[in-house]
Formats: sequence, C-alpha cells, structure tokens
Amino acid sequence: MEWDAIRLSLSLAGWTLAILMPLGVVLGRWLATARFAGRHWAEGLLALPLVLPPTVLGYYLLVAMGGASSVGRWFQAATGTTLAFSFPGLVVASLLFNLPFAVQPIQRAIEAIDPDVREAAVCCGMTSWQTLLRVELPLAWPGILSAAVLTFAHTLGEFGVVLMVGGNIPGETRTVALAIYDRAQSFDAGAAGSMSLLLLVVSFVTIAVSYGLGSRLPGTRRRR
Amino acid sequence: MRRSLAAACVAASLVACGLPGTGPAAGQERPALVAAAADLKFALADIAAAFTRASGTHLRITYGSSGDLARQVAQGAPFEMLLSADERYVLDLQRAGHTRGEGALYAVGRLAAFAPHGSVLSLDPDLRGLQSAVAEGRITRFAIANPQHAPYGRAAREVLERLGLWARLQPALVLGENASQAMQFAASGSCQGGIVPLSLASAPDIAKLGRFERIPAEWHGPLRQRMVLLSSAGPAASAFYEYMLHDAGAGRTLARFGFARPEGR
Repeated sequence: MEWDAIRLSLSLAGWTLAILMPLGVVLGRWLATARFAGRHWAEGLLALPLVLPPTVLGYYLLVAMGGASSVGRWFQAATGTTLAFSFPGLVVASLLFNLPFAVQPIQRAIEAIDPDVREAAVCCGMTSWQTLLRVELPLAWPGILSAAVLTFAHTLGEFGVVLMVGGNIPGETRTVALAIYDRAQSFDAGAAGSMSLLLLVVSFVTIAVSYGLGSRLPGTRRRR
Repeated sequence: MRRSLAAACVAASLVACGLPGTGPAAGQERPALVAAAADLKFALADIAAAFTRASGTHLRITYGSSGDLARQVAQGAPFEMLLSADERYVLDLQRAGHTRGEGALYAVGRLAAFAPHGSVLSLDPDLRGLQSAVAEGRITRFAIANPQHAPYGRAAREVLERLGLWARLQPALVLGENASQAMQFAASGSCQGGIVPLSLASAPDIAKLGRFERIPAEWHGPLRQRMVLLSSAGPAASAFYEYMLHDAGAGRTLARFGFARPEGR
C-alpha cells in the first residue's frame, strides 16, 4: 500500500467534490428546466468526457496548461509553478473529466420532479432560489448524493488523463491508480494487489449505493 | 426527508473538506524530485536508500522512459534532476536551456535477452536459439520497450535488425511504454521472451522468474547514460548528483546491476 498515493487520491476527490457539486446542481437544474434551441449540443458537450478517449482530453489539457499557453503562463506567473504536473492542474483535469458524472444524475433527479410541484411553489410566491433550496433539492437529494459517490469513485480510478497531465510525481500527482501501475511495473505484486483490491471494493460499493439511491427518486417511487 | 438531505450534505462536506491538506500548499520543505530512466528502477532504489541513510535527505523518484521524462521536463515538469538512459535527451534539454550545464555520464547500459520459466525460447550468448525459434515461427509474443521514446527499445531494435529478425518479429512484438514495462511483459509468462535492460533482468526479484543472457555491447549503439541537474535543482538534488558521481558505493551498486563504467565524463 502506498498511503501517500491513497491520501493524494482522497484529497483530489475531496477538492473535486467541493467544487463540482455546487456547479453540478446549477448546471443540472439548468439542463433539467431550461428549454432553448441547441439544448442537445449543450448536453452533448457536458457528456463528452464519457466517450472521449482520456488521452485526447489529456493532450488538450497538457497543451492548454503548458508554458506556451496564456493560462499556463498566467498560472506560472501567479504561483511560480507550472499548472501541468502539479496538484492544482490535476484538480482542473478532474473537474472536467467528472462533469458528466456530477451533472447527469442531478439533472435526471430534477427532471423527475413533477412540474406541478414547481408551479405550486411559484404560486406560493417562492423565488427561484427558494424553490431550489426548499423544494427541488429536498426532492432530488438521492440524485445529488448519487452524483457525489460516482464522482468520488471515478476520481479515484481515472488513469489516462492523470498520467498525461500529472506525470506520476510521488506525493504531488501520483494517485492510487498510477501507484498501482507503477508497483505492477516494479514487480511488487503485493502492493499492486492490495491497492487494486481497495479500488475494486470502493468501486463496487459506490455503484451499488448509486443504484440504491436511484430507486429512491420521486419519479420512480410514484411509478411503483 | 429534510433530515436525510442534511445528513447527506454533512457527509459530502466531511469527505470534501476533511481531506485536503496533503495538497501542494503543505509548506514544509520537499525532498528532491528526481526523474529517472526505468532501467534504473532497482539499482537507483538501492543507491537512493544509501544516500538517505548517509545524508538524511529524502528523494522522490519518478521512473519512466527517458524520452517521456525529457518531454515532461521541456513542458515544465518540476523535476530537479534527470537520469537519462541516453545522453541525447540530456543534450537536447541543455540546448533548450532547461539544464545546469551538460551533466555527466554515470553509466553505460547493457541489454539482456530474457526468457521466462517454461518458455520455448532457449538462450545462448549468440542468440542462435532466438534466431531458430523465430525461423520456426515459435515466437508469437516478444517484448521490447517502445523504440520511439525508450533508449533500450531503440537498442533492442538495433540488435534485432543486426540479427535479421526485425521484420520477421514484427507481428509478435509487444511494446512496453518504458524499459520496466517491457521487462514486466517479458517476465509475465504471456511472452516467450524479450530484450530488456540487463539491470532489470539481473535484479533478484526478476532473475528468479526466468533465465537471462547478456547481449554483446557491440551489437547496438552504446547506451551512454547521462544525468543532469535541471534549472530548478535545489541543494538536495545537487548533493545527490555529487553522490552519484563520486560515491564508491553508488558505483559498486551500478556495477552489481550490470552497468559498465563510462569512459571519460
């Protein structure tokens, strides 16, 4: 077991959740309720990391964060380190490749809320903000929690993007997934095996929890 | 329902906020960050441990193919020292202004042919067994490192070309991302064998998985391994650089793993 790598992965997942969950609620609600031309293009863009090869995302991120890009130069001037091959760079990458995992369950959960409920809230004089906090979030919470678990597990497991953007630096960008790859190449079957087992268990529990939550959404309950 | 939501939020925020702190803002001084060619995986682990015992300074080592590591350095990776398996990458980085000086040769790498236990491949100093096994079509999987960016892969390709086997072996070749992955493939039991760094094939953990045979040094271009301090090198990296150059124990460890001493630095 490389505890450094496990701590780093948990830290990456923590930062990702802290930033992405509020963003996911805003985007998911917007996609669930707004009707506008070209909506499927916006949905497609958000779902892109599901089908895009991680190397493609990794390549573009590396170009976008490198010393030749304005973002990369700005970050280097501000902090003195490069964004690529750094922990903050990993967080940026993690936010992008987790977008669909965070947004889609929240969007489905909010879509499942009966429009009458929302209209009733408006009739009661509630503002959009109040409706979100008092009506939509309490009804959609299984979707939000499901988004959080999926994002968490996916962050622990992502390999390609992390390797390309992070560069496998111990204590800085070497996550559990990279540590497994590294240990396997070092013929350290013990460490590779125990860390793989850990990720297997976490992933399985996560998916099971997420399915369990899915069946508690308001829409599915009504259909029963 | 309201209470469940609250519980969920608390759980999520505990996960989110309880953990950061191992991040980059930790503040305390970091051990030197070293990038090393994958053929050094076992030898450098021994040398780094001895260095840490002697100096109290810790190292963080990332292994990869020399080409990949050099590319990362050029793209701004925060490594302080690079130990390449091929001096060309170091000299390229020097010309691009990423290094402190031209560095120094620290070893000359050697290749070995490796066959896992139970393989149909028989090994001998002239690799006649490999040639006949290829001619008879008994080699279906053969591992080398990727010649595109791994120096040991390029040297393995030169050996196979010299033996006239390169074209015949094409469909059987399995390319490791770096020398140690090629070693992993070769020893996995799914390949009949491979051409890999002697420094890995002779490491105790690997040698017990099969048999290996040294490949004559003149069968391929020399693997002149050069190390260099990079622009961001701190005192810990400089100390390790000097240790690699001058410590007799480090030299003995390199020799034990099959590296030859470079002539003239």
